[in-house]
Amino acid sequence: MDFQLTDEQNLLRDSVRTFTKQRSPIGRFRKIRDTAEGAGAGWDQAVWREMGELGWLSLPFPESAGGFGGTLVDVGLVLEAFGATLVPEPYLASVVFAGTALLRAGTSAQHERWLAPMIEGATSLALAHAEREHRFDLRPRSTSATREGESWRVRGTKPFVANGHRADVLLVSASSGGDSMLFALPRDHAALRVDTARTIDGLASATVTIDGMIADEHRLAGGDAASAIERAHDAAAAMAVSEGLGICQSVLSLTVEHLRTREQFGVPIGSFQALQHRAVEMFVEVELIRSMAVLASVRGGDDDDDARRSAVSAAKAQLATGGRFVTQQAIQLHGGIGITDEHDVGLYFKRMHALGVMFGDEEHHVRRFADTPSFAAM
Amino acid sequence: MDLSFSSDDLRFRDEVRAWIAESLPADLCAKADVDAHFDMEEVMRWHKLLHAKGWVAPHWPTQFGGPGLPPTRRFILTEELELAGTPSLSPFGLSMVGPAIMQFGAPEQQQRFLPKILSGEEVWCQGYSEPGAGSDLASLRTTAADDGDAFVVNGQKTWTTYAQYADWIFCLVRTDGNVKKQAGISFVLIDMRTPGVEARPMLTIGHTPAFCDTFFENVRVPKTQLIGPLHGGWTVAKALLGHERTLIAAVGHSQRAIRRVKRIAAAQGVLDDPSWRGRIARLEIQLRALQMANYRTLAGAALGHAPGPESSILKLRGSEILQNAFELAMDLMGPDALAWFNEPGVVPELEQSVASSYCYNRATTIYGGSSEIQKNIIAKLILGLPGA
Repeated sequence: MDFQLTDEQNLLRDSVRTFTKQRSPIGRFRKIRDTAEGAGAGWDQAVWREMGELGWLSLPFPESAGGFGGTLVDVGLVLEAFGATLVPEPYLASVVFAGTALLRAGTSAQHERWLAPMIEGATSLALAHAEREHRFDLRPRSTSATREGESWRVRGTKPFVANGHRADVLLVSASSGGDSMLFALPRDHAALRVDTARTIDGLASATVTIDGMIADEHRLAGGDAASAIERAHDAAAAMAVSEGLGICQSVLSLTVEHLRTREQFGVPIGSFQALQHRAVEMFVEVELIRSMAVLASVRGGDDDDDARRSAVSAAKAQLATGGRFVTQQAIQLHGGIGITDEHDVGLYFKRMHALGVMFGDEEHHVRRFADTPSFAAM
Repeated sequence: MDLSFSSDDLRFRDEVRAWIAESLPADLCAKADVDAHFDMEEVMRWHKLLHAKGWVAPHWPTQFGGPGLPPTRRFILTEELELAGTPSLSPFGLSMVGPAIMQFGAPEQQQRFLPKILSGEEVWCQGYSEPGAGSDLASLRTTAADDGDAFVVNGQKTWTTYAQYADWIFCLVRTDGNVKKQAGISFVLIDMRTPGVEARPMLTIGHTPAFCDTFFENVRVPKTQLIGPLHGGWTVAKALLGHERTLIAAVGHSQRAIRRVKRIAAAQGVLDDPSWRGRIARLEIQLRALQMANYRTLAGAALGHAPGPESSILKLRGSEILQNAFELAMDLMGPDALAWFNEPGVVPELEQSVASSYCYNRATTIYGGSSEIQKNIIAKLILGLPGA
């Protein structure tokens, strides 16, 4: 048992932290949010390219696909730091969710075509999977793919596709007679319609409508799409825990600082026991989320389905409840200022809410946890 | 990062499991199977079997007769004993006064007391709380007056768990009433058979005879039974609180409690009901998070690091989870949860002791520093919040 980071991982963590501190403090998120209202930009292509140059976008991909050959532990370090200052670039959506799905389901030629440019930071990806009527189902159901000659007729709608509004290439999941399939489409493909939809966290997403003929070369043909979707979904859920951990740590230190400095009744309000105990309850949740972030990072890429599902779903459920508690209480302890848009605590609160929903909400993951064979074992 | 135990450690786990399976006497095994209460005779019988194996005090170093196990193996041994539902040994000798004597005792005190703690020949209890000194322990009023080669102790200790079975009690007593309250306290060992000592058992809300009031009337205590410096008792007491943080979460107990919850749910026919299933799963997820926090502390200890901030949450959350497990078991029992110490057959054997445990386990968030005291400490020492 070893919870130590390697020297290489410590270096990575330090360099990401330095970057976020100098180049993307929380104020940058706010600025982008406020200037992008309606325009739907949401993040900066130049920063994305720089992340590509730094090698961060290559972390979870094997060297054979032009990647760094890292693990989710490495990716988790990046996302924890990104969460701490709300870095808006679509790392979770493009690298972790869409990228690892493309890696698992695509051929090497398809990796070369769609993954390699993303790893460089030249393009970004999105994976349009969840369907409104089917909540967090891991199989596409209402989006259908029917073979017609050499092509596929695909029809369906995918709401709130993370980074869908900006992605150069969209992966779309569809069901063909119950079999899951993935198609990779450039955003200007005739069968695609992409409408920006704002999200609670101040970022944007897209409603992706697919209706038309798609040539077979766009079908990811290198691996089982159903498994690729589940594995990518698990990786993304696991990494959402790391991003959420970064959020919770920032929120806890903002809150503790406020309790130390804000005075009422002639004393710092942090001297009141009721508020101290609330802050300690936040601290407890942060430590539990940190513990679960480790579990999710280490087991999130496990080939053993039972171990992976059980660990990821436990961790994601813990994030949903714990992260909600931490960010809600942070607002409470800030008092009126916590309700204003000008205070950062609200930004964290809303991003945490989004992370709680994305890649499966608490209810979904509690059920999935209870459905694993290890739960049934007594 | 690696969350697995080494193959050597896993072999050790197998060895522990196999030994428990062949060594736990049949009558205790039958009780363990339905999580029944063990009485003191049964606890001490198991204590002696563990002692014969050399495993009664996993955390004791070899110089004091312990097995000298590294932190990971101590953890595995303890966890396996908890998971198998074996009798919980009394912690007062093995985990409290024993380590205090090792750290603060003179060599002759160590030779006198430690072997008999290990063997179980002498049973210990704890004299800390008083009617007027609970969470504010330092305001204790039991006095120890200087009288030549002895102290003369007068006062009353309360919640002295299992004092009626104890041969010895370790006490915090006031040896100086004219200084700051923490500075006038000493740590002494008192033979329960000394004239003037009287333990009066009282029932807990779980209807078990765990608690006593223990009275001291002109009790002569030789000064050779003072541990640590005169007036230095508060330091000894504080050091005790820091021992064995890796075990304080009692994850194994909670795992076993959740296993019982599932067995009761299955017997009640509701294990597949989504609502009940969700409650059980949520509790198990909380335990999983606690277990991971515990592993972080353990891995740090294995590297010789001081306990990190995460270790301070282990008692706080571990005690709540154990309570929640018994609460859920009671809820699952439905009408059976009305039963109270009936003859066998009124409720299924598996449910027989749940109500009593549910009641008694309300103590877990009170003893060993109440949750509120734990929170005060974390607020001050970890979050750096100002004093009131």
